[in-house]
Amino acid sequence: MSERGPKQRDLFTPGHYGCPGCGATLAMRQALSVLGEDTIIVMTAGCWSTLIGIYPYTCLTVPVISTAFGSTASVAAGVRSGLSIQENNHTTVLAWTGDGGTFDIGFQPLSGAVERNDDILFICYDNEAYMNTGIQRSSATPTGAWTTTTPGSSGKSQRKKNIVEIMAAHRIPYAATACIGAPADLKDKLEKAKSIRGSRFIHLFASCPTGWRHAPELSLEVARQAIRSRIFPLYEVFDGDTWKLSPMPDKEDVGAYLKHQGRFKKMSISEQERFQQQVDDDWQRLLNKCQSTVGSQMNAA
Amino acid sequence: MKKVVMGNEAAALAAKLARVQVVSAYPITPQTIIVETLADIISRGELKAKYMPVESEHSAMSSCMGASMVGARAFTATSSQGLAYMHEMLHYTAGARVPIVMANCNRALTPPWNLYCDHTDSLSQRDTGWIQYYCADVQDVLDSILIAYAVAERVMLPVMINLDAFYLTHTSELLVVPEQEVVDAFLPPYKPSNKLDVDDPRTFGNVCGADLFTSIKYKRYCDGLLVESLWDQAAVKFHGHFNRSRPAVEAYRTEDADVCIISIGTATGAVRLAVDRLREEGMKAGSVRLAMVKPFPVEGFDRATASAKHIIVIDRDVSYGAEGIIAQEVKAGLFDRHKDMTFTGFISGVGGNDITPETIVPLVQQAISGQGEAVKAGKTFWTEVLP
Repeated sequence: MSERGPKQRDLFTPGHYGCPGCGATLAMRQALSVLGEDTIIVMTAGCWSTLIGIYPYTCLTVPVISTAFGSTASVAAGVRSGLSIQENNHTTVLAWTGDGGTFDIGFQPLSGAVERNDDILFICYDNEAYMNTGIQRSSATPTGAWTTTTPGSSGKSQRKKNIVEIMAAHRIPYAATACIGAPADLKDKLEKAKSIRGSRFIHLFASCPTGWRHAPELSLEVARQAIRSRIFPLYEVFDGDTWKLSPMPDKEDVGAYLKHQGRFKKMSISEQERFQQQVDDDWQRLLNKCQSTVGSQMNAA
Repeated sequence: MKKVVMGNEAAALAAKLARVQVVSAYPITPQTIIVETLADIISRGELKAKYMPVESEHSAMSSCMGASMVGARAFTATSSQGLAYMHEMLHYTAGARVPIVMANCNRALTPPWNLYCDHTDSLSQRDTGWIQYYCADVQDVLDSILIAYAVAERVMLPVMINLDAFYLTHTSELLVVPEQEVVDAFLPPYKPSNKLDVDDPRTFGNVCGADLFTSIKYKRYCDGLLVESLWDQAAVKFHGHFNRSRPAVEAYRTEDADVCIISIGTATGAVRLAVDRLREEGMKAGSVRLAMVKPFPVEGFDRATASAKHIIVIDRDVSYGAEGIIAQEVKAGLFDRHKDMTFTGFISGVGGNDITPETIVPLVQQAISGQGEAVKAGKTFWTEVLP
């Protein structure tokens, strides 16, 4: 072991308040293991603002400010400005929030920060609903999913917002999807994001046994199924116009993914078929984007 | 150096002299000149600061908080709807104990749309925990912003410096611009004892149980009670450097006054003219300007109104279903003494009506004589209401 050097101090210490099988805690652990001690975290209302610990206890050993729900990107941008004017250009300023704080209430400041190309790393841990308040739908909730605010037999009727496409439309230097079920890929993307200056965005898929209604021990398997089924494909976008597919496992149908989760329990066969069709269409659109990028690069060469 | 400038330019010059390090702002009439001037000053390299052209006032206040929490001196400016949009972050910044200074240009809240002077925007933020100061003239804008940073960084609370829309924001007056060295001697760089620091990691704003929550709020409450004396101490120190003073309460001809007319902001000039006229007619009148409104400056107010038998408050604002907001604050300040005096509140000048000596003198005469429509109304009398 000695050739690997001393074990790095784990910045995420025991004692968090997350549910068993919480994907968002894995997400943070993986993120901090790459970003390291020279990181300031700005987090907002959400699961993480609770599971970090009850004052005066905290499970994170880097500086953290827990701020208002709709202010993740703007507070982080302010932290970055405050550091820069004091000649600190090395500390990673990590804006860390859930899908509500990204897709919904935090969307305007995120768009503003990315348009200005503020030098922050924004990571959305996406558990596809307002889980901390008890499973209410967000604009990241997928079609057909049950939540407490999409009751009835059909679940949510609208499509999930494509946040990475929106980030790409801002011509953000770096945007990527990542998943707790693909830790090596996540590590690679975090390292890349850490090394780039300007705005960086990682859409990090984090399963939630409590809200998705699956067994806690299935968190990683459900996350992997999301990748395999192409419900949550892994890719990167550079400067908003270079789309690059990440290594993807063999494709499988959405059936196994849906079957494990109680939130999709009421989906009929025809609704499942429609859902499969949406996933296939989105996957093809993504492949087209990635291939046209490759094509244009070849043409340029 | 002396210059003829508008109130808005004085605010920007003050921020420059205070060597603010982060300016984050969103434009709104009538504040725009402040942020345009600062953007210009920073882009020309005359001030080493980051200018953040954010997409909303909520983000302006949020980013000022982030900057302040890593130890940078932060400044912003807004008005009216913009201040209302910041509301959540006003509570947040006061609770986070960050010493931000903000210029607010007092403008009417919609609907209907109106760009002119009205104090309801800032006074309806009175319970956010921000220290609030209302300027009387252009020099006061520059001076109070410098004092505000000294006080804010001592007590670790944010300060809102209020400028009357157009009466002050867009009115040019002679301004004494102090030398940078003198300002530096008065206001040293900001060095917080607590901040977000990777070498000394701490967590701010965690979830907190009732016992610690109460203690944290109580600490802030107690610190708020110190603000008036801290402000006046800073004003004395300011006088030592600049030979001008800006106390929390400014009294005019109150030494023997039976009648004290309470006002805030630029209307105080008209109140003083009214006081002179009333004195010519034999009434012992005086003017009390609440420069600081929050926290309510109890000591200065008691001193200024020590001989008063009649208190008259002119509000350029309203608390619906009640009365003027300053009237409410003054009544609370008078609580122990109310049996010894009469009280009359008027609402005047909202949405940009001029408050003139011609408005004030008959109101005071009616209040004291107990005769006239302003008294007969039996409730807070609004001047300038169309028939």
